[in-house]
Amino acid sequence: MSEGTTDVGQLPPAVPSAGGFRLPRYAKAQGVHPPLDSPDYRSTALRHPKQPLVLLPQNLTEVTGPLLGEGRVRPEDADLTRQHAGEPIGQRIIVSGRVLDAGGKVVPDTLLEIWQANAAGRYRHLRDQWPAPLDPNFDGVGRVLTDSAGRYSFTTVQPGAYPWGNHHNAWRPAHIHLSLFGRAFTQRLVTQLYFPGDPLQPYDPIMQSIRDERARQRLVARFDLETTQPQWALSYHFDVVLRGPDATPFEEAHDE
Amino acid sequence: MSDEAATPLTSFGAPLDGPLPITPSQTVGPFLHIALEWPDGPDVVPAATPGAVRIGGLLLDGAGEPVADGLVETWQADPDGRFDHPDDPRGRTTSTVPGFRGFGRSTTSAEGHWHVVTVKPGALPAADGGTEAPHLDVTVMARGMLDRVVTRIYFEDDTELLAQDPVLSAVPEDRRATLVARRRESSSDLPAGPDVDYRLDLRLQGDDETVFFDL
Repeated sequence: MSEGTTDVGQLPPAVPSAGGFRLPRYAKAQGVHPPLDSPDYRSTALRHPKQPLVLLPQNLTEVTGPLLGEGRVRPEDADLTRQHAGEPIGQRIIVSGRVLDAGGKVVPDTLLEIWQANAAGRYRHLRDQWPAPLDPNFDGVGRVLTDSAGRYSFTTVQPGAYPWGNHHNAWRPAHIHLSLFGRAFTQRLVTQLYFPGDPLQPYDPIMQSIRDERARQRLVARFDLETTQPQWALSYHFDVVLRGPDATPFEEAHDE
Repeated sequence: MSDEAATPLTSFGAPLDGPLPITPSQTVGPFLHIALEWPDGPDVVPAATPGAVRIGGLLLDGAGEPVADGLVETWQADPDGRFDHPDDPRGRTTSTVPGFRGFGRSTTSAEGHWHVVTVKPGALPAADGGTEAPHLDVTVMARGMLDRVVTRIYFEDDTELLAQDPVLSAVPEDRRATLVARRRESSSDLPAGPDVDYRLDLRLQGDDETVFFDL
């Protein structure tokens, strides 16, 4: 019943170059990502390419990528409840998980960037002006690096839902934005974490733009009583899987 | 329950001891600036670097309107064509350009402008034995985009290398110009900085739609 065999796609063989080196090959995520042309999310109409994509072979620029982190993350960046003199209003939660690749390997020392609305559903952004209060003690912005085992953890408050103009009475389900780099340009990913049991999810054209129900459910964090901290904070787990390189390391290129 | 203890599961219930399904993409939404705008985002190299160039332009939608809630990210080799990265099989190399980061990030302005400050990358050996002309790999994201799109930026002054580039050769000839930045010396509509500008507008849709890649 593992989903893995259906979604990871075929791994193309590593191709040795005339220069004698061999590069990792990152398999494509067939049918996982939402289509750029998703009419129910109206803003996609003028923002999706209509010309056919051109194949880009994976060469040096594509299999390398920015290894960001050192000097870019302060300890308080991983606790969105401690960035001001007072504590933000809202349900305190701890979100933790692992960053892995499609081969099941952990992705260590990689940067996650986090942003979200406050407990009332309001972003600290000039363009968010709906009548919900800002919280003077909450910016809704964080950063964290995975450790050597690919684990990350951050503390925040449960974000609220908010209205948007996509259609009559449109509300975004509660979510946290996550941005990840992995270790290669091919692995770049921005996604959203949703919460279990949110009644707005079936009505949200952004979440529903992911056609495959199982893929959609991978964006729903899992509530975990075991790691919930008594008298302190609820706990959710959320693992992120990036595209993975194939199993042929370039060090073996000299075997041929 | 004992089975679960024996085989750890991901948050979405897949066993951790095998291949895993990829996490789907979602849009950056309209409020990306609060997290993804870095003070030093556009600085692939420190601004005072000798030979620094600015590369920038507009991000436009299918109606030709500027995209004010977009993100343009670049990744490139250094001027010697090397990467400070363990997966470069020629060896991980600290760049000879002090402070070279390889990565640039620009959120778009209210007028749809983006730019990075960098040094031109070197040419790269390609898998088929050919040579890739100097280029930047580019990710574009925005509100209204459920996944990133990928393009490249080449440089118009690399005439000979452009003619041989295996990636450009696969692009229909009448669309290649959408990938080639134009050099210009004046920069009246951009903030002060390097003397040399390369200009390339990115068009998500419509006439002269930018070539986007299937990576």
